[in-house]
Amino acid sequence: MEPPTSTAVLRRLLALLPAGRVLDRAAELAAYESDGLTAFHQRPVAVVVPETQDEVVATVRFCRDEEIPFVARGSGTSLSGGSLPVAGGIVITLNRLNKILRVDPDQRIAVVEPGVINLAVTTAAQPYGLHFAPDPSSQSICTIGGNVAFNSGGAHCLKYGMTSNHVLGLKAVLATGEVVEFGGASREQVGPDWTGLFVGNEGLFGIALEITLQLLPRAETFHTVLAGYRTLEQAGDAVAAVIASGLLPGAIEIMDALALEAAVAAVHAEYPPNSEAVLIVELEGPREGVAADRVRLDEILAKSGAVEVKVARDGAERIAIWKGRKSAFSAVGRLSPDFIVQDGVVPRRRLGEALRRIGEMSRAAGLRCANVFHAGDGNLHPLILYNGKEADGLARAEALAGKILRMCVEMGGSITGEHGVGVEKRDYMPDMFSADELDCLKRVRAAFDPLGIANPGKMFPAAEAPVLSQHGLHPLEKAGVISRE
Amino acid sequence: MSGAMQTPSTPAELADAVRSAPLVIAVGAGTKPRLSRVADDVVKISTAKLRGIVEYEPSEFTFTALAGTPVREIAAALAERGQYLPFDPLFAEAGATLGGTVASGVSGPGRFRFGGLRDFILGVRFVDGSGRLLRLGGKVVKNAAGFDLPKFFVGSAGRFGALAEITFKVFPRPASTRTLRLPVKDAEAIMGIFSIAGRARWELDALEASPAEGAVYARLGGAGEAHDALGAEILAKWPGETLSCGVAEKMWRESGEVTWAFADGAFIKVALAPAQVAAFLAVVPSSARVRIGAGGNVAYLSLPAGAAVPALAWPAVALRGDAPLWPGTRPRFDVLQATKTALDPQNRFPNLDD
Repeated sequence: MEPPTSTAVLRRLLALLPAGRVLDRAAELAAYESDGLTAFHQRPVAVVVPETQDEVVATVRFCRDEEIPFVARGSGTSLSGGSLPVAGGIVITLNRLNKILRVDPDQRIAVVEPGVINLAVTTAAQPYGLHFAPDPSSQSICTIGGNVAFNSGGAHCLKYGMTSNHVLGLKAVLATGEVVEFGGASREQVGPDWTGLFVGNEGLFGIALEITLQLLPRAETFHTVLAGYRTLEQAGDAVAAVIASGLLPGAIEIMDALALEAAVAAVHAEYPPNSEAVLIVELEGPREGVAADRVRLDEILAKSGAVEVKVARDGAERIAIWKGRKSAFSAVGRLSPDFIVQDGVVPRRRLGEALRRIGEMSRAAGLRCANVFHAGDGNLHPLILYNGKEADGLARAEALAGKILRMCVEMGGSITGEHGVGVEKRDYMPDMFSADELDCLKRVRAAFDPLGIANPGKMFPAAEAPVLSQHGLHPLEKAGVISRE
Repeated sequence: MSGAMQTPSTPAELADAVRSAPLVIAVGAGTKPRLSRVADDVVKISTAKLRGIVEYEPSEFTFTALAGTPVREIAAALAERGQYLPFDPLFAEAGATLGGTVASGVSGPGRFRFGGLRDFILGVRFVDGSGRLLRLGGKVVKNAAGFDLPKFFVGSAGRFGALAEITFKVFPRPASTRTLRLPVKDAEAIMGIFSIAGRARWELDALEASPAEGAVYARLGGAGEAHDALGAEILAKWPGETLSCGVAEKMWRESGEVTWAFADGAFIKVALAPAQVAAFLAVVPSSARVRIGAGGNVAYLSLPAGAAVPALAWPAVALRGDAPLWPGTRPRFDVLQATKTALDPQNRFPNLDD
């Protein structure tokens, strides 16, 4: 591979694309040095801002011919450092490919470009009574291209699955320069599921240019309940009772005391007094079905030892409950100068044990740890608070994060539920997969990207270490635009 | 070569079996025999003894079973705990195995609401072409680590590896169901119902059409208390009838077991978009039998023995009978062969075209 991209190469890139598409001044590049994983940064050689699919294809083929690494980027909200630039490489930012090409209510699909914002799909679908189910907390800013690359989740994954369950087809330019079309408008596939393989590739296969998304009918009614408990265990037991009842809620979430404190400070959320944990359960569907199911849910919660059970009486109260939940993590920024968000998964029945052990490990490490998690699917989001100005602050926080991830794997879970491996968790892949399994994944990667130019340094344990950066919140997070989930 | 058939009973023995011959393919119960009708020199590895549920934890909504486990055994174990595979696997009573169901990539009526087989598979253990036993994906309902090879195996027809063990997500079985029969006179009427019912507030469980009967079948699932009101609203829109439990059960069983199809002759799955239903029905020969499933997203085509397969302008796979394996359109990209080589460098498993 050609060492640090030369001026000559940059000149060829400038000549390839219309004026204004290539950013190469330091001030312009600075904005692309980091993503939602703010502890890392790397300045790219150039940033390409394509305005058409053809320009993306031309740029990728240029990178192939010149053997230059490239990193595709949407809004830069990755919490695993998925869009962290590569030394000597370029960033291809896709925000201007932001057209919703088609919304077809009869077939319940939308065809979109990768730079379309997640929430914009639901906004476009709403007039037809439809919505796009994946709802990461950053949905007001994150792009569909990023959701596809990292198979993003959200609060409704137990019932609705992740992004991959809602991508029916896609057109992509691979790192080889080949333009492929997988799947299509049908919800059913024939032959191996190439679309399914592409989603979650973490940018290691290529760049999606057009994505066909399935839309679902928007639930007619929601029944959102918030219950406060004196202990986390009680909240966990309530989840077990809900699951055992045969109900299938759209979302089941838990916040612990420190997360509640943060949400109160940030968005003035109100929670039952003396609660060490809060459980949020949401039923959804046709009004007659929800009316019947809520009777069963109410019975379960009445017996669960809750301090108080609050039911959202209208849309505004429902939104307030979710606002507290979705803002909880960026709110923690008010309690601590720095924090790391983890994303491990444990079998649901071991949630209580996992939380106890996280508490013990964080006390032993002398670090505070807040917990907000998708209790319905066992996806933990421990939030480790630290001070980056202390010499070993980040190192201690990362060591604790690593212990938590290893615990998740030991319990039969995963190192990532929805944020992806990226840079952040690549060193933990060998805890989850054998050498042969990693070799298999690498071989598949090489089929799509034989030169290893598409987002190198992500997913697989690698030799080169990314550069640590200053501490603090992502600028968008400070502005309250995005939040970490 | 049936005399040479291998019958491993553990994943390790499956890996040995794969390594034991230069050309192999795994076969299940043979309910979709076209998938494994390959050249005579390919050694067949039967999964008949590779069976059993390895793990089932109802509170996790997951189970893991060996690839040769009959789907009906799994369905029975799940039913005991009030759970089910929401995509209604096809040919369960006929003996279909879990591995064969994955390799064929077919889902039944219930795929309409919550998704198909691809949406419920979480992890696989499989033997790659080098004979290595590998585990990819996970055993929990949410996992984003590594490429999604489990999904890739859905529909892969045994051409990229031999499945040893598979982990699935399951759901609580709906407390109650109700089925409505809505008469339709033509393809336009079918498409009209699919379009409106697909985005209606009712959130139907299943929605399929039997054009020969002139009927669309709509199934409600969930709390029984809701069914009277929802059913009445649907019947007010499209006059029809509510099926008695017995009739409904028989009808869905026929759909799931495909007993409506010709016993021999080609049986083909076609991946359709809902807007293509009329165009598809227009090319179906009058001698054929057809069901349209998943609100117009899939068609099953059954031809009488000896009948020619019509030209299909959609992706399609033949599951039974005398027809090309892929009688419809197929993607052809360089990366497809490169991926085959990555997973099966010695070409131990047949190619997709074989």
